[in-house]
Amino acid sequence: MRLLKNLFKSPFFVFGMSLFVLTLSVALLGPLFLNLDVNNRAGLAYMAPSARHWLGTDHMGVDMISMLVSGLRSSLYVGFLAGSVATTLGTLIGLYGGYKGGLIDDVLTVGTNLFLVIPSLIVLILLSASIDDGRSLTLIALIIGCTTWTWSARAVRAQAASLRNRDHVALARINGYGTLGIVFVHIMPYLLSYIFMVFILQMAAGILSEASLSMLGLGPYDSVSLGKILNDAKTNEALTDGAWWAFVPAMVLITTVVFSLYIINTSLEGVFNPRLRK
Amino acid sequence: MLDNHPTLSHVVGRAGWYLVTFLVAISINFFLPRLGDANPVDTIMAKVTDGLDAASAKAKEEAYLREFNLVEVDDAGKVKRDARGKPVRTSLGRQFINYLGMSVRGDLGSSILQHPKRVTAIIKAALPWTLALQLPTIVFGWLIGNGLGALAAYKRGVFDKLMYPLALLASAIPAFCFGMLLVYVFGIRLEWFPAVGGYDDGLTPELSIAFLRSASYYYVLPFLSVFLIVVGGQAIGMRSMCIYELGTDYVKYAKLLGIEESKILLYMFRNAMLPQLTGLALALGTMVGGALIAEMIFSYPGLGMAVLTAIQGNDYPLISGCTLLVTVSVLCANFSVDVLVGFLDPRIRAARQRSK
Repeated sequence: MRLLKNLFKSPFFVFGMSLFVLTLSVALLGPLFLNLDVNNRAGLAYMAPSARHWLGTDHMGVDMISMLVSGLRSSLYVGFLAGSVATTLGTLIGLYGGYKGGLIDDVLTVGTNLFLVIPSLIVLILLSASIDDGRSLTLIALIIGCTTWTWSARAVRAQAASLRNRDHVALARINGYGTLGIVFVHIMPYLLSYIFMVFILQMAAGILSEASLSMLGLGPYDSVSLGKILNDAKTNEALTDGAWWAFVPAMVLITTVVFSLYIINTSLEGVFNPRLRK
Repeated sequence: MLDNHPTLSHVVGRAGWYLVTFLVAISINFFLPRLGDANPVDTIMAKVTDGLDAASAKAKEEAYLREFNLVEVDDAGKVKRDARGKPVRTSLGRQFINYLGMSVRGDLGSSILQHPKRVTAIIKAALPWTLALQLPTIVFGWLIGNGLGALAAYKRGVFDKLMYPLALLASAIPAFCFGMLLVYVFGIRLEWFPAVGGYDDGLTPELSIAFLRSASYYYVLPFLSVFLIVVGGQAIGMRSMCIYELGTDYVKYAKLLGIEESKILLYMFRNAMLPQLTGLALALGTMVGGALIAEMIFSYPGLGMAVLTAIQGNDYPLISGCTLLVTVSVLCANFSVDVLVGFLDPRIRAARQRSK
């Protein structure tokens, strides 16, 4: 509770959180209030914003507001799923290696650093290109989660290793707790705030990765995503036609979501790490 | 012998580690595209078989199978056949060994899309553009970002309050989004700079004044699209690093001793620099990936465009050639940073000496 109170005292946190909650509620509540239809043409291609179509239409004549809300939903979904997978993988590997130490830790660290150095976008491109059909939004999110976990493992490992020699951990060991018991009961609770910060950043990374893949034409076949809207706008000459409504709003949405997540992360850092305050 | 040269043994150790990483990277590069059933020969055959009779189609298929090293060849250079006269397919393991040998010799096979053309030739044409764009962006972005970050941490006040959110915003914009915006505003609306391409039509890449002038004109927007984002990201990292250093005991002690402020700043900068260098090495992969996608927005004639066309045309040899090259460059850059850190960081020397 104290923590929450402290959090809401930070203007950065309040700003970032309200921004994020705003985008989240547009994504969740949008379909209830708006008549979304991304499959049928509502007019001609690239119609300028009007009273009927607030943000005009895309290259197929589909209402842009419908596209944007659906795209935002997909992007947030990818962010949540990829972020959860990456954080879980990274936390498990980092906690286990950091606590165990020795050979297991060495092997895990070498493995983590290995995949940290190999650009994850490259692995994503190779994987996505090899599964040509059946590239669903969920599959893409899972692939992203499985390729971006590395730096959270590295970060969590460093924290867990610093807790390894604490007295309460030694006591737990003497009292006969197993490795898993110690890791989950006596180490993880100390790192929860840290893991939450990692999750926030992994979410942002997931959203950006999906958008990058979609820009390469490796996006999901089964849903509209913000990256796909941008890719469609680019490949269908929205830039040269001056149809700004076909890409500027999608750009603003991606940036807003990622920006709000970054702000939440830095404000958490300030609250959890008093040294940075002042 | 190495024991007496802590820095050298650090370098040798890192070199060994990067060799292992390279082997893993090249295996990923080979096996991931082969997870699916897609086979380069089938892709080409689907395109060229129209209007061919069965016999010549078969002959053509065999020629392609040989070219892509998918069938066993005997000493006389003839395709081996099984009892039913079908060509014997090379096993995946054997293909991998061939691939390793070829890659080390710098042979990446031939492209499917631009068929007889070699992948290496395509990459050779694209690489200078990507290098010219990405190297200065990352190096200058890193330097300026770090300078700004240190300044913000030291000055605080209005400068920090203004710079910090701006830097956060800049680092949150995906490079390709920013690129699209630049193209639209400065390329198409205002027509200050050319929107797409790398040089004027009618010129050929060569070392002439006309070409260089045209190329530098086309350089501005792609450069900016990545540069500002790198600056933002680095400034944020350096700022928190420096704020941390400001609170350390040695800075307080130095202040109490009455040492000049500029001198303290220099000490601080040196200490905050090392983690930033390591951070650069770790972020390099993401940066290069982002910049490649930004290149596509401008149809810049670099690797990003090559990857994009390769993906659109299912040109697997070209895709994996480009990805291999990008991975190897990132590994090399990382290795150089590691070596540099080995020279700069006294702790590495000390740790080596202690463990002796």
